[in-house]
Amino acid sequence: MSETAEVVEVKKKSEPLLSKNNKKLVTNPLDIDNPITVQVLGICSALAVTTQLKPALIMTISLTVVTACSNVAISLMRNSIPSRIRIIVQLAVVSLWVSLVNELLKAYQYDMSQQLSVFIGLIITNCIVMGRLEAFAMGNKPWPAFMDGLGNGLGYGIILMAIAFFRELLGAGSLFGFKIFDSIGLHYQGNGLMLLPAGACVILGIIIWIQRSMNGYREAH
Amino acid sequence: MDPTINEWISRSTLKRINMENLISLGVRSIFVDNMIFAYFLGMCSFLAVSKKVKTAFGLGVAVIFVLGITVPINWLIQKYLLSSGALSWASTEFASIDLGFLQFIVFISVIAAMVQLTEMAVEKFSPALYGTLGIFLPLIAVNCSILGGALFMVGRDYTFPEATVYGITSGIGWMLAIVALAGVREKMKYSNVPGPLKGLGITFILVGLMSFGFLSFLGFSI
Repeated sequence: MSETAEVVEVKKKSEPLLSKNNKKLVTNPLDIDNPITVQVLGICSALAVTTQLKPALIMTISLTVVTACSNVAISLMRNSIPSRIRIIVQLAVVSLWVSLVNELLKAYQYDMSQQLSVFIGLIITNCIVMGRLEAFAMGNKPWPAFMDGLGNGLGYGIILMAIAFFRELLGAGSLFGFKIFDSIGLHYQGNGLMLLPAGACVILGIIIWIQRSMNGYREAH
Repeated sequence: MDPTINEWISRSTLKRINMENLISLGVRSIFVDNMIFAYFLGMCSFLAVSKKVKTAFGLGVAVIFVLGITVPINWLIQKYLLSSGALSWASTEFASIDLGFLQFIVFISVIAAMVQLTEMAVEKFSPALYGTLGIFLPLIAVNCSILGGALFMVGRDYTFPEATVYGITSGIGWMLAIVALAGVREKMKYSNVPGPLKGLGITFILVGLMSFGFLSFLGFSI
């Protein structure tokens, strides 16, 4: 008798794959729980690879793949990882996926992998990946963990693409290498400041300003 | 002149040039190729721990220490284990092996292990320092500037002394940056910043302006 009751309960608990909660895991990081502008994670690469849209796009895809896959891997192993050495286990899993992505990029996008140089390798120490593993994958089932990784990767990507859009447009007058201003017959003198690290910081500061005035998020003090 | 003196002079000039080279590399890594202002490495902890000068200084010292140790160690590993044909010292059969694809996983394990060892050593020999650095030490394993330093060292083909100097001085550059930002942020408390810009937003604009200032070191060499 009690067994059947348990079965019923378990069935009630299992959710459809795209339930409201699971969807929230993907959509929350895009705005109100954004990894870059709210959680302040993964800033290094967000500023370093955004001089043009194409490397930013490649970086977004790589990071989303790595976050989602390592979330699933850690979530599968979560009950057998001793908590004392979990950081090293997490690092090992992440660096496995990063090595895979790196080899794939070298094989199919060699120029891009040269341009991104050390930053693909630095996904290992990207705080977003480690943060999600530690905060979510260690305590959740594989499917929600996958959705969470996907959402955070995309939330990172949105900010990355926004910064890259303005930096490439204002810095070089082009988008994805296509000269926008020249094609409509205007001459545009690129603004070198946008291509420098300083420009990236200022643009990110302004994006955060705009986003927070829209969603009303304020810092405590 | 006596040939041995001649030889001695030429050897000493060689040594001096080498020394000058190292000093110039050091100055360049601190100011021009600053980890924060030129490459944005270690930004996460840079932003999170720069609210007070004292803690910023503690973390800075820990980063110098770990970078100064791990870069030379990773240099040895790259040279004698990972680069193509590196294993030929063990046996001629291994001369054709290239373990380059293991680079990330080996480097990060070395860094994590070194951080753990450093933590234990500091705890044992200097409890006072451990009290200050305690919380930050484990965080350093996932500080991008440490792995970044190791990867740049491989990319730029440094020699062993260069790698050591590079590790220590880029750590000093990182500490300089975080202490400077913490100083500015302590003063920021007294200024009236628009609500949505408060905290993170204004900090980014500050970092942008500071990085703009550091551009003036470009072309600076000794």
